[in-house]
Amino acid sequence: MRLTVLENVPLTFNVYRMTLVGDTRAITRAGQFVQVQVPGFYLRRPISVYDWMPAEKGSVTLVYKALGHGTEAMSHITPGTSLDVLTGLGNGYDIDDIAEAKAAKAPLLLGGGVGVPPLYGLCKRLIAQGKTPTVVLGFNTASEMILQSDFEVLGARTLVSTVDGSVGTKGFVTDAAMLADAFDYVYTCGPEPMLKAVYRLCDARGISGQFSFEERMACGFGACMGCSCQTKYGSKRICKDGPVLVKEEIVW
Amino acid sequence: MVDTCVTLSGITLDNPVIPASGTFGFGQEFKDYYDINILGTFSFKGTTRETRFGNQTPRIAECTAGMLNAVGLQNPGVEHVIQHELPELAKFFHKPVMANVNGFSIEEYVEVAEKLDREPQIGWLEVNISCPNVHGGGMAFGTQPENAAAVTRAVKAVAKKPVYIKLSPNVTDIVAIAKACEDAGADGLSLINTLLGMRISLKTRKPILANTMGGFSGPAIFPIALRMVYQVARAVKVPVIGMGGIASAEDVIEMMLAGATAVQVGAQNLVNPYACKEIIEGLPRAMETYGIQSLTEIIGGAWK
Repeated sequence: MRLTVLENVPLTFNVYRMTLVGDTRAITRAGQFVQVQVPGFYLRRPISVYDWMPAEKGSVTLVYKALGHGTEAMSHITPGTSLDVLTGLGNGYDIDDIAEAKAAKAPLLLGGGVGVPPLYGLCKRLIAQGKTPTVVLGFNTASEMILQSDFEVLGARTLVSTVDGSVGTKGFVTDAAMLADAFDYVYTCGPEPMLKAVYRLCDARGISGQFSFEERMACGFGACMGCSCQTKYGSKRICKDGPVLVKEEIVW
Repeated sequence: MVDTCVTLSGITLDNPVIPASGTFGFGQEFKDYYDINILGTFSFKGTTRETRFGNQTPRIAECTAGMLNAVGLQNPGVEHVIQHELPELAKFFHKPVMANVNGFSIEEYVEVAEKLDREPQIGWLEVNISCPNVHGGGMAFGTQPENAAAVTRAVKAVAKKPVYIKLSPNVTDIVAIAKACEDAGADGLSLINTLLGMRISLKTRKPILANTMGGFSGPAIFPIALRMVYQVARAVKVPVIGMGGIASAEDVIEMMLAGATAVQVGAQNLVNPYACKEIIEGLPRAMETYGIQSLTEIIGGAWK
């Protein structure tokens, strides 16, 4: 699929927001990702979707971190550039068909670092369902903080934690979550140690949730078996069967 | 009107383009992108006797014009393939498929081959003696002519379908191994499997792959693959399926000029799910550009 870059701007010293326009009808759920062909690199870059407008002439916004050579090159792509992008990859968060998710009235959304962006599209859709989500965003330090005001504009109560305490609660998202009002379900995305801490938080509260994982991948659509993981119900591909796993299937 | 047909051991393919094992699963992931019946055929995911999860992750590392993989033969096992994958495949793919047979002992190769050989959907057995990512099997059989011949002989003794042996490039003399397989009764040869490689992360100062090493594939290896196909195809009488870094219709023609009767496309499927479709659609124009009426005529055209 060819998409055209509309904007590509820095949000921090190494996090960027790129909006592309084109056919985005394949994107159906928050938490899905796209695979961007960055000119000059062999493999595509898997990037989570921040928000999207699904239409033949739709748009999709990505928030990504320049982590290596590929994403660094991606940050220099100028508006008007046409990119080859595979869209609508992965299962995304299921807010319609999972009983506990449907029943939940006050979900807690916890994001760490570049795990934050997919929670935006999710938060927007949960609010549209009439739910009252609380959002907890975790960063290393104030200068790395992104998207906090975006969630506030949606009307979600938004808490922040930083490891060095330079903004919000000092510590991790699970520390800031102690300040949240009662919550009955969890959606999360971030580095694995954070997901594990959120998993324990769910156990302590006796609630379920959906966890979005990260893995190095090649194809992004389930063919190469590069990103397989073990679950309680057999092996799954993070790219195709995930990236979102429900708490009950995770082996921790 | 150009003729793209080629024949592999008595079965005629509409075109020589075959997605390589391990890059195409059992076809499921690609059928949503295009009608895979346009393919010559495809070689399905390497199958062993038992279910295998494979190696720990990370299993993938990027390289210049290519990638490393160390998946480690993850597959659901031969029984599951026969019970579930083949019936599913029959719903949307209506050509003979190539079965990729793996093992950790000669007995396992024989058992997997014997079971798959009975399946009417399967046109050829491709015996992989060249997987670089597993220990004690795979490539261990493909690096010595005697071992390669022993696997070939044992599989040929039980198989009614044509048997193609998939060769490793990680050897000192691929021609000697190719000839040993031919002498042992192989109906054809597939080459090359991936080249053993590795990458190290500067951040962690450790290998990127959990398996330390992995198989290198992608356009970067095309000249090596082409050279080996040229050497082997000239030395044997059986058909050779050429693979390694093929990414365009022009690459297909070049590989056939080197002596390949058909080609496999691997890594490119993972970068572009439409890769084989685009290559097949590009073939007639590329043939016209280079004055080729029939692909069969150009096989080994570079030898003289």
